[in-house]
Amino acid sequence: MLEGFSFPVLSAIIFVPIIAGVVLLFVDGKQRDLVRGIAITAAVTVLALSALVFFVYNAQVAELMSHQDTALLTGGESVGTKMFVDGLAFVEQITWLQSLGISYHLGVDGLNAPMVLLTGMVTVAGVLISWRIQDRIREFMAFFMLLVAGVYGVFLSIDMFLLFFFYELAIFPMYLLIAGWGWIKLREYAAMKLTIYILVGSVVAMIGIIAMVFVANDYYQNDGAEVFQSAIDNDILAQGTPTFNFNMISLTLAGENGAFDVPGYAGFDMLTFAKLWFPFIFLGFGILAGLFPFHNWSPDGHVAAPTAVSMIHAGVLMKLGAFAALRAGVQLMPEGAQTHLPWIVLLTLINVVYGAFIAFRQRDFKYVIGFSSVSHMGLVSMGFATMNVVGMTGAGLQMFSHGAMTALFFGCVGMVYERAHTRDIPSLGGMIKQMPWVGFAFIIGGLTSMGMPGFSGFVAEYPIFMGLFNATGVTLTIGTWQLSNYYPIIAVFSALGIVITAAYVLRVTGQVFFGDFDAKKYPEVHDITVTDRMILLLLGIPLVVIGLNPAVIAPMVEAGVRPVVALLGGSF
Amino acid sequence: MPALDVFGINPLTVLIFAPALGGLLVLGLPNSKVLARWVSLIIAIGVGLLAAAVFFNYDRTVAGFQFTTNEPWFPPIKAFWTLGIDGISAAMVLLTGILVPIAVLISWEVEDRYRAHLALILFFEMGLMGVFVAQDMMIFFLFYELSLVPIYFLIKEWGGKNRQYASTKFFIYSVGGTLGMLLATQLIGLTAGAAGLEQAFNIEALTQFWPNFSPEGGLFLGTSIETVKTLAFVGFFVAFCIKVPVWPFHTWLPDAHSEAPTAGSMLLAGVMLKLGAYGFIRLVIPLFPDIWVSEVSFFGAFSVDWATIFAVLAVMGVVLGAFAAFGQNDIKRLVAYSSVNHMGFVALGIAVYASIYGKMVVSGDGDPASMQNAILAGNGAVMQMFNHGLSSAGMFLLAGAIYHKTHTRDLREYGGLWVKAPVYGAVFIFTSMASLGLPGLNGFVSEFMVVRGSWPVYTVLTAISMIGLLFTGSYILKGIRAVLQGPFNLRWRDYHLEIEPRELVAMAPLMVLMLVTGILPNWILPVINDSITRILSGLS
Repeated sequence: MLEGFSFPVLSAIIFVPIIAGVVLLFVDGKQRDLVRGIAITAAVTVLALSALVFFVYNAQVAELMSHQDTALLTGGESVGTKMFVDGLAFVEQITWLQSLGISYHLGVDGLNAPMVLLTGMVTVAGVLISWRIQDRIREFMAFFMLLVAGVYGVFLSIDMFLLFFFYELAIFPMYLLIAGWGWIKLREYAAMKLTIYILVGSVVAMIGIIAMVFVANDYYQNDGAEVFQSAIDNDILAQGTPTFNFNMISLTLAGENGAFDVPGYAGFDMLTFAKLWFPFIFLGFGILAGLFPFHNWSPDGHVAAPTAVSMIHAGVLMKLGAFAALRAGVQLMPEGAQTHLPWIVLLTLINVVYGAFIAFRQRDFKYVIGFSSVSHMGLVSMGFATMNVVGMTGAGLQMFSHGAMTALFFGCVGMVYERAHTRDIPSLGGMIKQMPWVGFAFIIGGLTSMGMPGFSGFVAEYPIFMGLFNATGVTLTIGTWQLSNYYPIIAVFSALGIVITAAYVLRVTGQVFFGDFDAKKYPEVHDITVTDRMILLLLGIPLVVIGLNPAVIAPMVEAGVRPVVALLGGSF
Repeated sequence: MPALDVFGINPLTVLIFAPALGGLLVLGLPNSKVLARWVSLIIAIGVGLLAAAVFFNYDRTVAGFQFTTNEPWFPPIKAFWTLGIDGISAAMVLLTGILVPIAVLISWEVEDRYRAHLALILFFEMGLMGVFVAQDMMIFFLFYELSLVPIYFLIKEWGGKNRQYASTKFFIYSVGGTLGMLLATQLIGLTAGAAGLEQAFNIEALTQFWPNFSPEGGLFLGTSIETVKTLAFVGFFVAFCIKVPVWPFHTWLPDAHSEAPTAGSMLLAGVMLKLGAYGFIRLVIPLFPDIWVSEVSFFGAFSVDWATIFAVLAVMGVVLGAFAAFGQNDIKRLVAYSSVNHMGFVALGIAVYASIYGKMVVSGDGDPASMQNAILAGNGAVMQMFNHGLSSAGMFLLAGAIYHKTHTRDLREYGGLWVKAPVYGAVFIFTSMASLGLPGLNGFVSEFMVVRGSWPVYTVLTAISMIGLLFTGSYILKGIRAVLQGPFNLRWRDYHLEIEPRELVAMAPLMVLMLVTGILPNWILPVINDSITRILSGLS
């Protein structure tokens, strides 16, 4: 395990928003400045702590990677789990419900550290963009803080029950925020659809996880007793851990040692636990990632939500789904991943290409960005489906890059909508003359979205495509029928998505920001405020910095995905 | 060779990022025309001085790349921030450093959104510098693509009547063309990384690795290694042919150059086209020497090697470009086609260089006469890149100057302007003569070297290109006659047409360089010559 501080930073990151949210509910709602002051203080604190975690972890990555190289060379049993445990930092573990094996267990590794930083950035941006909300700002900020706490909790949890707990904690305020402050024409429908869709997905996934816990327990009680004991002896698991537990490390260990790969599950020779349950868990969380065909909640949800919620929704929440799918699905059941990802990748391809085509057709500014999110999230899942280091590193980078980019996009859309009172693209025009900052920021976001070299989108997409070209060993097996060496073809087709993305980004930018500005139609469109500019800088600068110097983040993500690839039996 | 580190940072890195940071500064300046114009000019001149310092401190007698830096950049794909220059890139860096301040100075006349305009010119410089100093293919590709963005906006927002069409066509043509290059780069990088190269995209390392890469059994990705290499070659070939431009991939150029604002045209023709030629010399020839001399058969009837194909296309560009220029009535379009015409000579020189380079690698030795031809042709090509940069930038500056005063680009609307603008006329004739290749001015030096180098190798093609040269003279003279001579067009009776002091100051460095390079080419030629000679001698 890597170094942390004596101060429980991760708990602070989760509890600062919770405390802020609770405090806000006791404050007089009419005191807008106090409400906003509390919210922004909490947001900035959380961003500072997240940045601290990110940079402290980043400083240790080089050493970690050389440890990982040695670990893989020496081999031995449970190498993947050991690498995973080695990569965790700032670990906090307190037993919560001993009899059920649930503990309060948090930790940061190379995959979730960038996500933690991203969440901090989007939180600050979200509070700033909501600065001028008039209606019940106290409740808005309180629920927003609870949402943020839930999101952080999911990213940081090493206990599967705790992950689920925070996951639900995030969904509940989401519903209230959209239904209470969203676009009046669509909010009730969108909020209801979104909540039910995500809830059903998470329940399905949770059932799978509970089943997994039972199977792992069974394994540890019988064949795997030695493995379990040796893990406790080697400090991989804490002393006194019960065999029935929700600890991700323990489940990874069980999975790596074949607990979920016993044939003859449910009476079928060919079926193993992993092969049956992987699709449920992966797709259950994949719903939140916007995986086709379960993406339907996403466009309406994005459009109906108030700007801050759209930002955190597309920017962070969808990454939550992909991240949980990776952790709970791929990491815990590698054999299941190898069986099912080869066909799931086809769904991700549909995401990328179909999502781009639909985005092209939209007239409403926010719908374009919404469908563009569906399309780009397809690339994340596609990167995970490559099951090699390069592709998965690209997926991790895309999570950060797209998160910042789409939050930037929604911020720009919100700024235009707030002043122009319309989102209809054909009616808008020439906005860059009145709002040069927004136009410039939108161009930066657009170039990132297109994968233009020099911006983080290219840095993310390039390894994903390389990973696809490299995945020549992946075979899709259905019964006796086999398909192999088709990943490069998927790469070629998804390049089509990139071209369409370039087309609609250029079109929308040209139509909304360039051309003639109708001052009579838009008397209220003036340049943006200082708080708005801070949002654009906060989200836009990382896109350029990472684009020109990927070394600030790429090694960290690579270190994070290596344990997963080791679990999949791959090498690096 | 002294270290030229700026505050401890590698000078080449500074050459790339200083213009971009300068551009951001200009964007943030308050609403004052004087301030924005002077700040951007000072920044451009500063970068230009650094470029000159780099050029003059480059020690041509020492082998290898200089002012190098090598940092991990994108570790998961083994791409590194590797920069360095040799004689060829030094000349190009100097050219960029000279032209950008002049472009900024001429853009002082822009009134509409002047800060954005000046900033975009500086952002453009970042992309151009980045390509010339890159020693890692990913860095090369990054700046090659990134350079498209500022010029796209310059054309689209400040261009002529047809700017929307011109900018979109240029952007999509260029990006589409580089798709093949992207795939080829990925293929090469992946293969090199898998074979154990630490820096999978390092150009020097790949020059050793890729031509010798031959997997056992001869099969790679299910097809023969020759097919794969040829496809990768074609990817690069098309991308760079579009940029140079080589006929018939040139059709984006006339519209882009004529619709662009003056600074845009100057930098497009002056520097951006050289990115393609530089790509051939730096990447395609070292990486695919065997493909250049491998035969392609046409309809089973006859076969030629790729170098010859390239030479044919080059000569087509020379001849057809000259004819097309002669037929133009738009002054900027005339100069645009003249770029096709002049870059055809660059391409011809590169074809000869590639042909002999390839033969030397494949056969393992080279006779001195052949090597001499290659050296001459290579020198000629790079010198032509430098000289054309100066003269076409000058021509576009002058075209922009007269357009700014008359608001028309139609040659038929001009006439007898010599009377009202004698100094302008003198400068115009001087620059046109340099473009035409008059002995004593720079154009002659490079064209002569290309012709001398290619005559023994491609005699017939060179002879045909002489016809092109004949028509070069004709379109230049047509331009001079239409603008300056004949009866004075009374329409311009009350206009102030004479060249402004600022425009003269901008033209002065170009004219001095055109004259000096024509009379004393040795101020720059040995730098280029030593590098090319060293590259070729290293092959045998």
